[in-house]
Amino acid sequence: MFKVRGFTPQSQQRQSLCNRLRADLRADSGNAPVFCPCCPLHLTRRRLIASAAALALGGAAAALPMQEVAPGIFVRRGEDADATAANGDAIANIGFVIGRDAIAVIDPGGSGADGARLLAAIRARSERPIRYVIASHVHLDHIFGANAFRAEGVEFIGHARLPAALAARGAFYRQHLVDLLGPTAAGDFVPPTRLVEDELRLDLGDRVLEITAHPPAHTDTDLTVRDGASGTFWAADLLFVGRIPVLDGSLTGWLATLAALKQQAARRAVPGHGPVSVAWPEAAADEERYLATLAREVRALIAKGVDIEIASREVGYTERDKWRLFDDYNARNVIEAYKELEWE
Amino acid sequence: MKHLLWALGFVFLAALPVHAQEDEATRAARWNDLRVAVFGQRPLRDGSGVISLEAPVRAMNAALVPVGITLSGKKPIKAVYLLVDGNPSPLAGTFHFGPAIDPHLLRTRVRVEQYTLMHAVAETTDGELYVAERFVKAAGGCSAPAGSNEELALKEMGRMKLNLTGTVVPGQPELAELLIRHPNNNGMQMDQITRNYIPARYIQTIHVTYNDHLVFDFDSDISLSEDPAITFAFIPDGPGALKVRVEDSRKSVFNRSFDVVPARS
Repeated sequence: MFKVRGFTPQSQQRQSLCNRLRADLRADSGNAPVFCPCCPLHLTRRRLIASAAALALGGAAAALPMQEVAPGIFVRRGEDADATAANGDAIANIGFVIGRDAIAVIDPGGSGADGARLLAAIRARSERPIRYVIASHVHLDHIFGANAFRAEGVEFIGHARLPAALAARGAFYRQHLVDLLGPTAAGDFVPPTRLVEDELRLDLGDRVLEITAHPPAHTDTDLTVRDGASGTFWAADLLFVGRIPVLDGSLTGWLATLAALKQQAARRAVPGHGPVSVAWPEAAADEERYLATLAREVRALIAKGVDIEIASREVGYTERDKWRLFDDYNARNVIEAYKELEWE
Repeated sequence: MKHLLWALGFVFLAALPVHAQEDEATRAARWNDLRVAVFGQRPLRDGSGVISLEAPVRAMNAALVPVGITLSGKKPIKAVYLLVDGNPSPLAGTFHFGPAIDPHLLRTRVRVEQYTLMHAVAETTDGELYVAERFVKAAGGCSAPAGSNEELALKEMGRMKLNLTGTVVPGQPELAELLIRHPNNNGMQMDQITRNYIPARYIQTIHVTYNDHLVFDFDSDISLSEDPAITFAFIPDGPGALKVRVEDSRKSVFNRSFDVVPARS
């Protein structure tokens, strides 16, 4: 009756993988009962929670389509759009990393429905415990699936400033999603249980995630994640590719953070919006150019005494053909930039 | 109030707040109530040729909607009222002019809570009222959460900056922009963790003088944007000091004096 989707050992290859997982689990479990991730399941507490979450959303959640960008690192490509009832706020790149002992979720999704589907996607691949749910920043499209992952022993990881940001914005975001999706599918955020001041290392077993907290850039709650084992740099919304960047923290801070991050080599980067895997640092070039254009043009208009309203209609237009959703976000980026740079 | 939460001003939120639509009759009725509340039975004349109001038809950020008021100078004006009809506290601010003002241009930035009419009313020295009107599409600016860099906002509260746009010449109008760091919290944002509303803390008065002559007194309210900005023109009588005194709703007072040095010409 309960089967883990996609992992029933039918093929030779799967059987050998199954045996390996079984051995790993036995080695790690101590006295705890061992359940095999590949074989028909027993009803467990965790599974009950997972299925309850799915049922609460009106039946079993269908697993999200994931792409494996590096061994054990799975990313769901978000749609390049604003949140709508039709897309269920599944607009950000979200995913998870599977280690030998545990799984870390990097951004639990844009809504309760998105989170439940992410959980289903995880359970379709592995029964290892989900130990960490990392919130890359405060924006709703990344974190409102968090509620689906509430379970004993799960740590919610966030930037040191995230509790304050959630206190200020959480209710507002929640209301927006409720209006859009209804109270159940909207989901909710979970306040972080462990805060990152500067750096944090999370050992998943044979792979250590290095989490870095940044000064205000895209928002004032940005975290990035580096997986040394695969050379993957999960940039989240410090990197937008194809979809216009959204400025909600500090323009000068973002440019400085980007410049520093570019010095750190990686085999690939995972942007918060755009393709699930891009070349690093090459893929940051467009974003850097856009942000630098904003800074340069806004400073020039401030120096000339041009009003914020006129600036919002004039700045950035050389970038118009280069980004999706430009008309929806450029002017507000200019306003954000202006109100920051006028204090220089 | 639920419908008011729809926001244009925020990241990743859908662009069109359908619930924010009201019909013209409702807006007209609201304005009628409001004008009686603020101005009693005094007649309001059409402000064409006396006062004009500029605001974006569709605001990109409801928490920061730039507003411009132009006065033609045909009538001697002693005060200007700015009203955002649909806001929880509609009288956004009142400028009382002093002798050092050059009363032609005022600009500021306001929060807009729902699709609304905005009004600017000029009061002449003999008590006549002239009104200009605008319709603005923006929503969620009051209940929208505070800015994205709150630590900085609190650390710098009360810091001020004055930008003079031209070469200062005694006796000639000088356009100035005054920036004030202040969160201007309006008490409408809820702390989701404590379930309490974040206490209101907003600027109530801004008093500006030049060489001890009043430029203007501004009585403001929760509708001003975070880090309020005011553009005005004044007439310097020579070198001197432009002094600003700001008082907020917790009775904190912030003072700043800016030296103004005219160019020799």
